[in-house]
Amino acid sequence: MLRATLKSLLARKLRLTLSMIAVVLSVMFVAGSFVLTDTLGRSFDALFANIYTYTDVQVQPVPKNGQQGAGTTLPASTVDEVKSVPGVAKATGQVFLNGAKVVGKNGKLVLNQSGQRFGGNWSGEDQLVQLKEGTGPQSDDEVTINAGLAKAGNFKVGDPIDIITAEPRKTYKVVGIFLFAGGRESMAGEQTVFFTEKVAQQTMTGQTGVYTDIDVKAAPGTSKTQLRDALKAKLGADFQVKTGDELAKDSAQPFKDIFKYVNYVLVGFGLVAVLVGIFLILNTFSIIVAQRTQELALLRAMGASRGQVLRSVLLEALLIGVIGSAVGFGVGIGLGAIGAYGLGAATAGSLKIASLGVPPIAAILAFGIGISVTLIAAIVPALRASRVAPIAALRESAATDRPLTKITILGAVVTVGGAVPLIWGLSGAGDATLSLILAGVLALLVGVALLTPVISRPVVSILGRAFSWSVPGQLGRRNSARNPRRTAITAAAVMIGIALVTAISTVFASLSTSLGKVVDQELQADLIVAGQQTSEVPPTIQPDELKAIRGLPEVQTVAAATYDAAQIDGKNQFVIAYDDWSSARTVLKLKPAEGSIDGLSSGQLIVDRKTADDNKLKVGDQVKIALTKTGEKSYTLVGITAPTNIGNGFTISDTDAQAGFRFAKPIQAYVKVKDGADVNAVKTEISDAIKNNPEVNVQTREEYIGTSTQFFDILLYAVQVLLLVALAISVLGVINTLVLSVIERTRELGMLRAIGLRRSQTMRMVTTESVVIVLFGTLLGLVVGGGLGTAVVQALKQAVGFGDVSLPWGLMLTYLVAALFVGVFAAIIPAVRAARLNVLGAIAYE
Amino acid sequence: MTATVTTGAAIAARAIDVWKVYGSGEAQVIALNGVSVDLAQGHYTAIMGPSGSGKSTLMHCLAGLDSVTRGEVYIGETRLTGMSDGDLTTLRRTKVGFIFQQFNLLPTLTAEENILLPLAIAGRKPDRAWYDTVIDTVGLRDRLSHRPSQLSGGQQQRVACARALVARPDVVFADEPTGNLDSHSGAEVLGFLRNSVRDFGQTIVMVTHDPNAASYADRVIFLADGRIVDELRDPTAESVLDRLKRLDVTGDVTSSAQEA
Repeated sequence: MLRATLKSLLARKLRLTLSMIAVVLSVMFVAGSFVLTDTLGRSFDALFANIYTYTDVQVQPVPKNGQQGAGTTLPASTVDEVKSVPGVAKATGQVFLNGAKVVGKNGKLVLNQSGQRFGGNWSGEDQLVQLKEGTGPQSDDEVTINAGLAKAGNFKVGDPIDIITAEPRKTYKVVGIFLFAGGRESMAGEQTVFFTEKVAQQTMTGQTGVYTDIDVKAAPGTSKTQLRDALKAKLGADFQVKTGDELAKDSAQPFKDIFKYVNYVLVGFGLVAVLVGIFLILNTFSIIVAQRTQELALLRAMGASRGQVLRSVLLEALLIGVIGSAVGFGVGIGLGAIGAYGLGAATAGSLKIASLGVPPIAAILAFGIGISVTLIAAIVPALRASRVAPIAALRESAATDRPLTKITILGAVVTVGGAVPLIWGLSGAGDATLSLILAGVLALLVGVALLTPVISRPVVSILGRAFSWSVPGQLGRRNSARNPRRTAITAAAVMIGIALVTAISTVFASLSTSLGKVVDQELQADLIVAGQQTSEVPPTIQPDELKAIRGLPEVQTVAAATYDAAQIDGKNQFVIAYDDWSSARTVLKLKPAEGSIDGLSSGQLIVDRKTADDNKLKVGDQVKIALTKTGEKSYTLVGITAPTNIGNGFTISDTDAQAGFRFAKPIQAYVKVKDGADVNAVKTEISDAIKNNPEVNVQTREEYIGTSTQFFDILLYAVQVLLLVALAISVLGVINTLVLSVIERTRELGMLRAIGLRRSQTMRMVTTESVVIVLFGTLLGLVVGGGLGTAVVQALKQAVGFGDVSLPWGLMLTYLVAALFVGVFAAIIPAVRAARLNVLGAIAYE
Repeated sequence: MTATVTTGAAIAARAIDVWKVYGSGEAQVIALNGVSVDLAQGHYTAIMGPSGSGKSTLMHCLAGLDSVTRGEVYIGETRLTGMSDGDLTTLRRTKVGFIFQQFNLLPTLTAEENILLPLAIAGRKPDRAWYDTVIDTVGLRDRLSHRPSQLSGGQQQRVACARALVARPDVVFADEPTGNLDSHSGAEVLGFLRNSVRDFGQTIVMVTHDPNAASYADRVIFLADGRIVDELRDPTAESVLDRLKRLDVTGDVTSSAQEA
């Protein structure tokens, strides 16, 4: 029996290969993502271990208002307090923050892959920082920069250098260039500018006499951990004290977290591949069993037991699973390696990639998924094989069509079973929402897949009519309607990929258009001046620039907004302030809903309807807001605006913002031009006014809408990749089905050729069948996906307040057209096979 | 319709010194060993012989389904030898009809669609009068909308016969047309073929091993070991059987002579 199984397997190499590719693709993504995550994770560990090699213990203030780094400072007195702790050899107050943006000689920011632009205070050379040339900064207009930055911006000692911090752009002079320990030009591609202490405090924290952390060296005989514990005891809960090792670990963590999400995405790809792959494998085995009916019956007639037949089919599946998993695992490791080293190369060597890591979980999941998927997919066909009666050996191959009643009922039950958790999840079920939606979507897809045979009959017949203008087309159409199960399973694989992508596209397209509409309706501004935030220090519009814009003859109104993080009733929230509230009201079309929004003076607060409802606030309430500089104060809620999506949230007066915000500089400015003025001409004038501020630019309303919806467009592209993976596997399924059908219909093809069907006509016949199957799957996917997407958007409407369903018609049409091509492509191999059939061999075929 | 009952003079198909050799060296098998034969138009010819005598190979070569190793094959005035697949396909569309042992109907098409399939493939319009004649002759008028699975074996083979005749080919090749039928259905099919020769002047070449089937033909050609060894005009079942018995003896003599 074993030998018979192996022989049968080897005799059908093509079907073996196609089924195996499905397993390989699924396993590949899973294994690859784990290898990539593991390797990069260890690379970052190594990187940060390197950075913190020379740090014994570091003291940082605990972030008070939810702001990491920038907002949290400690006073100089803390340094003295630390120095007084026994075991401390040296304590140095440091300012070190992301947000010192160096303007290059071309007027743009000096390029930097890591996005980290640090500004700090020079505290002399030490083990980590060593001067390569020049000196440390001595006076307030001098800076010392790292060699990497000097190289990237082509700065030499003595050169002027323009730096934008929280302060306006200012020209400094490079007096020194330094290297990190080991002669490194940067630790990880970042840029570092050292100012004098006073300037660093002023420009990076907006305050004087404060530091962001204290670097503590242990006295001989005191271990790092002892020192840490001693400092902890002394400083109390307001400070976090960590050893260099702990810092390294903590610093690597955010990167590892990012890779965790990358991992989720890749594993998600793998799971979609698995889902589609199951259909391919299931179909292959079903057809094989159908074709082997006589062979299996013969085995039964010769005394093979049902169990033996069952095991024979399952063994075949097991072998395919094992080999497919092994190949997929290998390819996955390769992909992970390419990903990791590719990233290493992209960072220009600043991230040294650790040796390739293959975590055990990668192997376990690869083989676990690969083998179990194959076996699960093979179990139904195997059971059917075991039920072949010995008498079937004597009959003409009886490929009778079984009734579809059972499968339809099952499909209906599963579909309903999927809809229930989906609706439940979409209507909001707290923590379980996501898992309910996922489970619902999965069940729904499987349910619809089970219903496809029934749906396929009318749909395929209608679809096929489009191809009935020629005899080969008619024959192809009839062939595709011939075995509804086979057509359905093949099409279902196509359906899943298309449905998923259409659903996601529908959600994104709806959000994107809704967002665009909101901006369009609620924003009166003709031009928007804003910067792209790349660090903890937001890009700001300088006061003189704003003044220049206001002074332009064709500008009517300008409202400039600034915001900062704050704690409101213990929760982290953003607080907004406009430099001119009445302009803001006009430009943002704010309407009163309750109380008065006419004026906003110190100690007063205005919120929008939704924020008020979410925080259960009413006019006259006292709200406790803790701002960075002024600490907690009570504000009176004087007015609530009508629901709005722009300029919503907690709004306080400019006076309070100037006193309390970390950097009370305008971050965005809304400009309304005078009636009849040329918007583009004003745009050019504004561009000119802000030309010294490379991070800030001006956009027209349309451009601004484009930018605010850009995020969705990028996501949409990522989703297309997902589609490609799913589609690739479903194409394999179509090829597989057609090849097996061609083999099954050898005699028929021979007859058709004998009575005059040309080779080209034979190919057209097979191609029609393929196109009809793929089109059917695509249409079904578009309908299911569109429906699913619409449901999600409806649910989001309640959650986020806006959400008009907008189906991505363009994309859907593209998928449909692409389906035609995919159908033709999938038909190539089977069609050529069919056309090459030896007429005589086909007729004499027994 | 204008059926011309031809004299025996015109040739519908012809083989000239046809050799068909499979394999090479030790494994070489000579299926046809210099066969020359003329098949007259409007005649019903049966090809007989024991298993492995090359009778099917000869028919396949004559029909252009198989290539010959040496020699020439003609359908009418057309030389088949060396023709491309496309030309052979055109020839099959216009000049040749087939009837197979396994009926070979398309299960997805109705009887009528199956009958009209060769014309549809060639993009030709059926001659309605001729179509009606064929349908009435095979007696399938009330079965036209049925699918093959709803027809008996005899009915399926009659559909296949109608399919072969409807395009009015020069020659119809029938490969064991009664091989899968019971004697009653077989007799019906053979009678129908006989009538189409008599009434419409159709040329039919039939391979069979059944002496009773051969007795419907005008002429029987006997093959053994790839050669034409005998022939018989206006055969009866008894005379065919008699020749076959003799053939077995000669066959034995031939083979023992070769071994010696």
